[in-house]
Formats: sequence, structure tokens, C-alpha cells
Amino acid sequence: MSRIGVFICHCGINIAATVDVERVAEEAGRMPGVAFATHYKYMCSDPGQSLIRQAIAEHGLDGVVVVACSPAMHERTFRQAVAAAGLNPYRCEMANIREQCSWVHQHEREEATAKAVDIVRTMVEKVKRDEELVPLRLPIVRRAMVVGGGIAGMEAALNIADAGYPVVLVEREDRLGGKMARLSSTYLNFEAAPGLLEEKIRQVLEHSNIQVLFNARVTKLEGYVGNFAVTVEMSEGPRTEEVGAVVVATGWDPYPLERLPEYGGGQIPDVVDGLTFEEMLRTGLQRPSDGRVPQEVVFVQCAGSRDPEHGVSYCSKVCCMYVAKQAMMYKERVPGGQAYVFYIDIRSGGKGYDEFVQRAMEEYDVLYLRGKVSKIFRRGDRVVVWGSDTLVGRPLELEADLVVLATAMLPSREALALAQTLHIQADQYGFYSEAHPKLRPVESLTAGVFLAGVGQGPKDIPETVAQAAAAAAKVIQLFAQDAMVQEPTVAYVIEDLCSACGACVAVCPYGAREIHPVRPIATVNPALCQTCGACVVACPNKASRIHNWEPVQVLAMADVVI
Amino acid sequence: MKIPYYPGCTLSTKAKGYDRSGRAVAAALGMELVELPDWQCCGATFPLATDNSMALIAPTRVLYQAEQAGEQVAALCAICYHVLKRTQTALERDPAMRERINWFTEQGYEGRVRVVHLLELLRDYLGWAELARRVVRPLTGLRVAPYYGCLLLRPYDEIGLDNPEAPTILHDLIRAVGAEPVDFPFSIECCGSYLTVKDPTVSETLSREIVASARAAGAQVLVTACPLCQFNLEWPQRETAFGRTGDEIPVLYFTQLMAVALGLPEEDWGIEGMYTDPYPLLRNVVQAVESV
Repeated sequence: MSRIGVFICHCGINIAATVDVERVAEEAGRMPGVAFATHYKYMCSDPGQSLIRQAIAEHGLDGVVVVACSPAMHERTFRQAVAAAGLNPYRCEMANIREQCSWVHQHEREEATAKAVDIVRTMVEKVKRDEELVPLRLPIVRRAMVVGGGIAGMEAALNIADAGYPVVLVEREDRLGGKMARLSSTYLNFEAAPGLLEEKIRQVLEHSNIQVLFNARVTKLEGYVGNFAVTVEMSEGPRTEEVGAVVVATGWDPYPLERLPEYGGGQIPDVVDGLTFEEMLRTGLQRPSDGRVPQEVVFVQCAGSRDPEHGVSYCSKVCCMYVAKQAMMYKERVPGGQAYVFYIDIRSGGKGYDEFVQRAMEEYDVLYLRGKVSKIFRRGDRVVVWGSDTLVGRPLELEADLVVLATAMLPSREALALAQTLHIQADQYGFYSEAHPKLRPVESLTAGVFLAGVGQGPKDIPETVAQAAAAAAKVIQLFAQDAMVQEPTVAYVIEDLCSACGACVAVCPYGAREIHPVRPIATVNPALCQTCGACVVACPNKASRIHNWEPVQVLAMADVVI
Repeated sequence: MKIPYYPGCTLSTKAKGYDRSGRAVAAALGMELVELPDWQCCGATFPLATDNSMALIAPTRVLYQAEQAGEQVAALCAICYHVLKRTQTALERDPAMRERINWFTEQGYEGRVRVVHLLELLRDYLGWAELARRVVRPLTGLRVAPYYGCLLLRPYDEIGLDNPEAPTILHDLIRAVGAEPVDFPFSIECCGSYLTVKDPTVSETLSREIVASARAAGAQVLVTACPLCQFNLEWPQRETAFGRTGDEIPVLYFTQLMAVALGLPEEDWGIEGMYTDPYPLLRNVVQAVESV
């Protein structure tokens, strides 16, 4: 006969105000196989947990049902508590009478109490039949792959490599540096971007722990966290890299000028984008059409950004700052020239950022005009800009020598395909989705695949570097474990019942099931299994099972309530 | 090919020349525009209100009549095209609304019929190269400003005829008939539209700017696909008590330009009673071509 303990939590008033916890404890105490039942104000608190540990010792309990909230909330807590008392943690289950009972039946005390008793009854039957399981331990390949050799990828690679782990850096082009290599200088202190970047590139190329693959593309990812096999396509053919973690840092592409026909994009040579103007600042300030130094330059912010009708809805975040920088640099080069900036509003959040924009307005006499530009066209050798000054409330026409469009940042044109290859998610624009917008900003939803840089969303260089370092820290954290610990409550196969029909392989959404290469049976890769149960339902022979969700358990649970 | 045709009210009254030249050029190109046997006004405005079912009834009746006649219905008037096309799109996207209107009209519009503009047929069915091949009097050297206006192109996701920011369909047509399209910045600016009825000074101001811009760009003639644009652009150029200004430029329908190029007789050009007399210009072009 089992000796099961039932511990009912009040959760303050969350449960106790609706469910009669005393009565549940009484009823539980009379259930067959239950040796002890009690209730307490907060079972997850230290006194609550020690109450459970003491009861296990005093009453010689061999199983525990904690009647409280969702297992997603505290299953770990209570399993650790019972393990500390010497019980196998998988002989501890939670009966959820909060989310699934008290919260949804707040004005039905009688019925809620009866339902709570039934929920306890089922979980008691389950625990009676729970096996003593041991967590799986899987080896880790302590080598990382970084996809993308821009500032984000290089920063992540250097951090991981400096921690002592080998890194393979995959770059689709024949050089490192990404978009930063096209910049003239960085904002706030006008530091020359090429100098900053060359130092990073040198560190990467000289690092004994970093191997760079140029002209390379990731085409396939197999395996699971700690044990990935990544196929990389190169000119000399495909190669497979064994790595334990992947950092995706594929960056961005500028919004194509051709998609801004109302601004003459792609048609008027003297209408350029921000990156092109960066190059002009480096190589000599001559306008494309006739090589003249422009005496009047109009900058147009939000070209394609914040425009759900024509472009993308989001703010590209860096344009307010780099336009201010470009306008100031222009004024340094052409002191007699005039720079105009059309803006919707100025977004200069960041340390020293707003002061920087103020400098452009006050010290450099850059003329900021609050309004959208409607049309840009040629008149003779000049470029005419139609816009509005909404502070004066008037439409405006400016004639300029050069127009710089601060075009939107788009995710790299290959990002969506790569997301599919890496089994990670992307949003409607193609930016990679983080696992949690607040608390897990550098992880993808696929364990072992981390995100850095603009591929995840528009951001500037300091933010990119910070995020890359964070992604590297996550990789290092993973590699610092001695093994991957995996919950043992995963699917398994009773080989004698299996006919290798493959039904489980077809339904498994995680790629965890396959037919054995030699023997006529289906197998489970426990590292990939997410315990969804699809294969159990699909199996015609009841050969696919899940540990501690055996048919005998489910039937017994049903029996006591039907 | 026979194509069901919805002329609309304006082409039966103020803009008969557009109707005349449109039917004539279509026929010359092997497309017979067959007027719907029983049609009514499309309502002339697409409703902007959220609950727009009342204003969709008239255009839905037209679409129902068109559906009885065939798979597609052609329009010439940009406003009729705009209203019908948007109604068709709206009812395709909202079957519940279609049911509601059918319930009221006691007609079973199924939402199948496709609304097309003659420009669309020329581009997609005939093709510019074929049109160019059919031209017998290429309008060589004639500088034509294509004026698109608003309703032919916008909103793009409901109309979808051409890029509303950088349209080319009239440019391509002008090239096909041998003339030279003249780019000018006002080619998609609004002419003032219905304000010509309520507050004519607004539309006159806007229209004068458009005409001046085309003239400054070196255009000899403006073409449009909209009778209201045609009126608005021409009216400010009328002869006043102060006489003529001498720098008037004619405002033609694209079909009239085609009629000349396709060698149709003058009565098919459909040009009568215009304030800006285009005959001298067009006859000059014809003469120049025929003297070669």
C-alpha cells in the first residue's frame, strides 16, 4: 500500500477564499493510499516546504501531491523540496486547484471544493504509479558557431573565444565588418569607424580560438542544444560543423531606394541613402550627378520607416542620431553650406544622445523642419523637395543639390530563409523573435540558438555590442555545465509492441522520432522530445509511451472520477 | 472580343467625346465595348463612413447588371472605375456585407465580375507593342504630359492598377502612339475634384498649378482618363472678359490621342466644344505625318 502525503496550499486567499481547503484535506486523508494530508497558508514558502520535508520523514511517505497552483509555476520548487528529504523527485506531482479551479469558479464555493477534491483524487492515483526516474545527462560539444561577421558576430565570437572555447565564424562575404565597414564615423564622438573596426577584425583573425569561414552560408541545422551538426555551404562544397551553440548575427539591409518612387529613389542620382552618404563623407563630398560639392543638402528621416501604408511600421531607431551626425559632418566640410532635416519627431533616447542632436541644431545651424516629405523631383540640375513645416502649418518647397534619405533598416534579405533553416521564429518583417521580450532578449525559442545585433531588431552599435556580449555570455553559461541535464519525462518505445509503421515519426512536431536505421523499430531522441504526447496518441500498438504518463496511470486517474 | 461596358452618367452627358473616342479606338483594336442593357449611376463617390452599406447599394446594382453580362466590365470614367472597383473589392473581402446588400436589393450579386479600365485592357490584353504596331499616324514629336490624378490609382491595395507614387501606364500609352511623355511634378497631384462644385476657387488654384507645371515642363498637351480632371484642368483656361492668355494647352482624353494616332476620322476623335481648341495642334501633327 502506498504512503502518499497530500499538501493543500491556501495561496493566501487565492485558493482558500473559494475552495474549502480544510474539507479538501479531510477528504484527501480518507483517500486510499493517502497516509497524511494537511493544508497551509503558503506551501511554496520556506516553512511550507519544510512542513513537506518533515512529513515525509515522520510519516515515511513514498509519494507527494502538492495541491496548489500550476506545475508551470512551482513543480521544480516542490520536486527539489522532496528530493532534499530523500524522495525521488518524480514521485512528487502537483494538483492544480488555482488556475484550473479557484480562479475560474470564484462564486461557486461548493462546486469548486468538490472539483478540487476530484482533482486531488486523480493526482493521488497518478503518484501511486509514478516511477522513480533519473534525469538524463547529455554531453555538450563546447564549440560555438557564429553566423555573420559584422560587429555583432565579431563581438560575440571574441567573447566566447576569450573564455577559452573554440568558435567557427561563418561570413557570407569575403571580408569581415558587415555594414559598419561602410560607415565614416560613429556618433557622439566622431570616432573614425574604419579604425575601430580594423582593430576588431585584426583581433578576430588573429585569435587562436576563432576560425573564420568566408563566402560561406549555413544551409542546414540538425541535432539539439549542446550537439548541433551545422551544414555550411562553401565554394569548395558543403562541410559539417559540430557545435554546441549557435549565435545568429546576420544584421540588416537598407530599404531599397526603388521602393520610394515618390522620393525619386533609384531615378534621381542626387537622391541617396544614408549608407551612400557615409561613403561620400569618407571618399570626398561630391554629388553623384556632376561631382559638384553640394551647397544645400536635405536629409529626410523616416524614409520607409513608420509608414505602414508604403513602407514598414516600425521605427528604425538609429536614423535620428546618424542624420544629426551626418549633418554636422557636412557642415564641418562645407561651412558655408546649408543642411535641412525633415523629421516626424526626434528619438534620441540614450546617454548623451539628445545633447548631441541639440548640438546639431544650435552649434551647427542645421535647420530642423518638423514634417513629412511628400515628393521629390528634379528641376534642372537641382532636386526639389516638397514637404510641410507642421510647426508653422505651411507646405514647403526646398531646392537642394543633394537629398539624403534615412531609409529604414530591414532584416538581412536572407534572414527569413535562415530562420527556417535554424528552426527559429521571425516576426512579420523578418526580424528574429527573442524567447521573451523582457527577460530573455538574446535567446531564440530554440534552445542553444542565440541572437545578436540588428537581425533581432533595429539597434545601434553600442546596443549591438552589448547584445552580442550577452549572447556570448549565454553560450559560455551553457558550455560551463558539465552535461546537459534533461527531464526524463519524455517518450520511449516498448520495442516488442512496435511495428515500425512510422506513424509517430509523421506526427512528431520536434523531429524527435525516427525509424531505426537497422532494426524495425521507431526510436526517440530524448534531447528533442518535448513530451507533447502526439506520438502516444498516434501509435496504433500503444508502443509509444511517455514516462510517468503510462496508460495505466491515465486510466486509473479517469476511473476515480467517472 | 466583346466587352461589357459601363459608360456612366458623365460620359453620357458632359463627356460624350470621351465615350465616342473610347468606343471608336476600342473597336479599331478589336475590342467592342457593349453598353450594359440597363444601367444606373454608380453613386460617383465611394463612401468613407464605417457603416457604408447604404452608399454601396448603387454600385452593387451596377456590378450585378455587369455580372449578368459577362465576366468583366470595362469603364472609361476614372471615377466610375474607382467606385466600381472598390465596391467589387470591398464585397469580395466582406461576404457578409454582400449578403446584406443582396438582401436589400433582392438581387444575387455573386462577387465574380472583374472591373477593368480600358487602359488595363490595352496594357494587359492588347499590349503596348501591339498598340504601337496598329498606329498609322505616329504622333512623333508631340510632347504630352500624362496627368493621372487621384482616383484612377488610389488606394493601391483596392485598385491596384499601377504604382500610385510612380505610375507609368499613361507614359507607356503615350510612347506607344509615338508621342513623347513629359514628366512634370504635378502629374499625380489632386485637381480639386468635386470642390469645383462647392468651392471652385480651391480647384481652380490647384488646377492652374498643374497646368502651369506641365507647360513649364514643355508639354503641348495634357492627357487624362478622368472627365472631372479634364474639366478642372480646362475650365481655368477658358476665355474670360480679358480675352485669351495665349498659352492655353489642350486637355485631352487618352482615347482622343489614340483616335488620332490610329488614323480614325475626325468625328471619332470626339473633340467638340472645348475651351482650348486642340484642332490646330492635332491637325498639324497629322499633316506633318502625312506629308512624310
